[in-house]
Amino acid sequence: MEIVMAFVCGFLFMAAIYLILSRSLLRIIIGTGLLSHGAHLLILTMGGLGGESPPVLGEGVTDYADPLPQALILTAIVISFGVTAFFLVLAYRAYQELGTDDTTKMKGSDEDD
Amino acid sequence: MQVLAIFIPIIAAILLPFLFKQIRAIHTGWFVLLVPLALLGYYTSFIKQTINGESAVAVMEWIPSLDISFSSYLDGLSILFSILITGIGSLVVLYSIFYLDKTKEQLHNFYVYLLMFMTAMLGVVQSDHVITLYLFWELTSISSFLLIGYWFNRDKSRFGALKSMMITVAGGLMMLGGFVLLSLMGGTFSIRELIVQAPSIASHDYFVLALVLILLGAFTKSAQFPFYIWLPDAMEAPTPVSAYLHSATMVKAGIYLVARFTPIFALSEVWVWLVAGIGLLTLFWGSLFASKQTDLKGILAFSTVSQLGLIMSLLGVAAMAFHVEDAAGTVFKYAGFAAIFHLINHATFKGSLFMIAGIVDHETGTRDIRKLGGLMSLMPVSFTVALIGSFSMAGLPPFNGFLSKEMFLTGMLSVKEFGLFNFETFGVLFPIIAWVASVFTFVYSFYFVFKTFTGKLQAAKLPKKPHEAPVGMLVSPVILAVLVVSIFFIPNLIGDLFVKPAVAVIQPFLYSSPDEVNIAVHAWHGFKPEFWMTVGIVAVGLLLFLLLPKWQKVYRIIPEWLSLNKLYDFMMNTVLDTLMERFSNLYMTGSIRKYLTYMFAAIVSIVIGTLFIKDAFALSFENVSPIAIYDITLIAVLVIGTLTTLFAKSRITAIVGLGAVGYTVALFFVIFNAPDLALTQLVIETISVALFLMAFYHLPKLSRVEERMRFQVGRAIIAIGVGAMVTLLALSAHSQKLVESISGYYKETVYSLAGGGNIVNVILVDYRGFDTLFEITVLGIAGMGIYAMIKLRLSRKEKSNENE
Repeated sequence: MEIVMAFVCGFLFMAAIYLILSRSLLRIIIGTGLLSHGAHLLILTMGGLGGESPPVLGEGVTDYADPLPQALILTAIVISFGVTAFFLVLAYRAYQELGTDDTTKMKGSDEDD
Repeated sequence: MQVLAIFIPIIAAILLPFLFKQIRAIHTGWFVLLVPLALLGYYTSFIKQTINGESAVAVMEWIPSLDISFSSYLDGLSILFSILITGIGSLVVLYSIFYLDKTKEQLHNFYVYLLMFMTAMLGVVQSDHVITLYLFWELTSISSFLLIGYWFNRDKSRFGALKSMMITVAGGLMMLGGFVLLSLMGGTFSIRELIVQAPSIASHDYFVLALVLILLGAFTKSAQFPFYIWLPDAMEAPTPVSAYLHSATMVKAGIYLVARFTPIFALSEVWVWLVAGIGLLTLFWGSLFASKQTDLKGILAFSTVSQLGLIMSLLGVAAMAFHVEDAAGTVFKYAGFAAIFHLINHATFKGSLFMIAGIVDHETGTRDIRKLGGLMSLMPVSFTVALIGSFSMAGLPPFNGFLSKEMFLTGMLSVKEFGLFNFETFGVLFPIIAWVASVFTFVYSFYFVFKTFTGKLQAAKLPKKPHEAPVGMLVSPVILAVLVVSIFFIPNLIGDLFVKPAVAVIQPFLYSSPDEVNIAVHAWHGFKPEFWMTVGIVAVGLLLFLLLPKWQKVYRIIPEWLSLNKLYDFMMNTVLDTLMERFSNLYMTGSIRKYLTYMFAAIVSIVIGTLFIKDAFALSFENVSPIAIYDITLIAVLVIGTLTTLFAKSRITAIVGLGAVGYTVALFFVIFNAPDLALTQLVIETISVALFLMAFYHLPKLSRVEERMRFQVGRAIIAIGVGAMVTLLALSAHSQKLVESISGYYKETVYSLAGGGNIVNVILVDYRGFDTLFEITVLGIAGMGIYAMIKLRLSRKEKSNENE
């Protein structure tokens, strides 16, 4: 399963980078969303997917899933939500002010300095 | 105390701005004057040690872990320079008090730079540690830059400041390279210890490379050919600065360096040829072009270049003594003595001449020699001082320049007797070139003094009505002129006090203590070749000076575009500004996509490169968990969702695709025994999708022209590269465990230490509680940012709203 998940993570990253390198702000934001999903799965995969039960203490359970990657991911999920929300509003405001969502058109030229 | 003394000027500089602002009635210079005077007294007290060949050492640790320390090593050579720095420094500060108007000038800036320079220069001549020596060396370049650019609203000042900085700092960097090589070869940073190891260093492969690099530093600083071009442009500095930095002290740092490293490098043929040859060329070149100048300070600048070349060439000849058996008994002993003696003399007469040039500028309003003339009767004191300085520079008795010039000729004559390194063929050129250069020195010395002070007064051309300078301004040049004359009568006292201790340091292969330097200076030593050479210099020099108006035109034959200055301008403007800017613009396009492409490409190549170089890639099928049927289903959904976002025609489809991926990830969390993650992911994903839809409602439709993203090969390659990198990384990370996971600790102690059962939650709120706190802070900041952005309206719009 870990081997397969490694390829899934790679696929997610690939799609995310392809989107991030586009001109449209919307696609860049979607790309960052995909990127964070890929990163979360990557952390989980690297820690190992074994373990028979969730990392909660229970009677007679010895084989827990690794709790550390989960703790990291929990933080990351929340942060990535904050980033996505910030990006969205930024894109929305940029579009309102500049009238475009194309990053090449947003680029400042030397005359603007 | 000894190390601290180096830093006294810069510490005093901190107080100056307050003194300048608070006490306007008294010229700030009077407070500054105390610093060099006190230090002069302090360093004078060391003379009684150095004349016996002793030295005083003090060390202050700076970065012990890197073996870097500040040190103050006072031997004959360092003391001579320290006294020059503080002595001339005192006179220059005194002079500047009358030169710079306290009501018009930004005195605190000026004196802060000047004191900074003083610390830097003392540091250069006293450091025994090559790295701190380099540090102070560059600090002199920086303070020189600031002082040249002191009148920063003048274009020429800024140009001159930049030029001196570019050339001297470039040389300084070369020197640093040489120092590093040298300390690698010797295994120590201490110059004294390096000197002890000189024979073993000399056989090293990098010996000549280190030698050339260090010489580059010395030659750029001491304005040797072809690097001298910065010095004439540095004359834009206020005259006290020119007198101090650009004639008496800073430009002699290169001389100091060559003298200091002579014991290490003297046995090299390259060293002898470079130092003696470049020195002689500079002497000739500078003297030749001094008479071309029309600016008083320009003449002095070229004359300084020429005289520095003279001292440099003598040091080259001094290194020859290393190769001669029993040199202390032969004619080869004179060059080293002459170098140091002339260094002292040059500081006295050139300092006074610079101050006179400043006085002429101050009182007449111009430094253009074509407008000057006939000032003799109006400025008798200045004229006398100028006459003494010029005659000394020309090498006439009864002034100190005569003595060192004679000894210089002796040194140059000795070269033709040197039988090694092809000098038997070329050695005869040395006295000839030296003689020709001396003739031109004679010509420009006379040109300087007589064109300014004799002839017809052209009052109409002068911006001011000329009159004698105030007494205070004359004090310093008069003191120097008195020294010029008195050194002529007491040369052997100067020799015992300053020259011999320094010579013993430069030529340890000749003398073990200053007493062994058996040289006495005489004004008259019979009808020897030196005497006839001097007679020839005076005769031919006088003739050339009288005919100067006739042949001065010759200088115009050399076209402007062929000069070294043009080369510098070409380097700065064409190569650096235009070409480099074009090169930068080639990749710095301002496009975020380009930059991201560079970054991703770099990450991919670094990570994959490391994987292969370190042979870190591994693939193991052990410890893998089984694949169930619902896993396959989820993966299929995830892939389809991702593809949807890639190929979506409308934004709603893209959002739905992203949402599908997010929910699938949540389901993955369920499968992988991470219920907390799954819950969080579900909640966050729901909010995210809602937010996306809300925001997208206001956002433009995906461009109609470009409904589907066009496939771009470059992007695809980068994307696939990153994907492959992540896959390889994940496989390697899974397949090999180099260190024990720290998760075990949490599992074991979660109940006993934190009293909780849900390990993930306990990690978040207890073990890593601060992480969570900061996470909340980040969210808070993001929230504030979002709020601010929604409230923010660009000012232009606000105004139009108000108008409505």
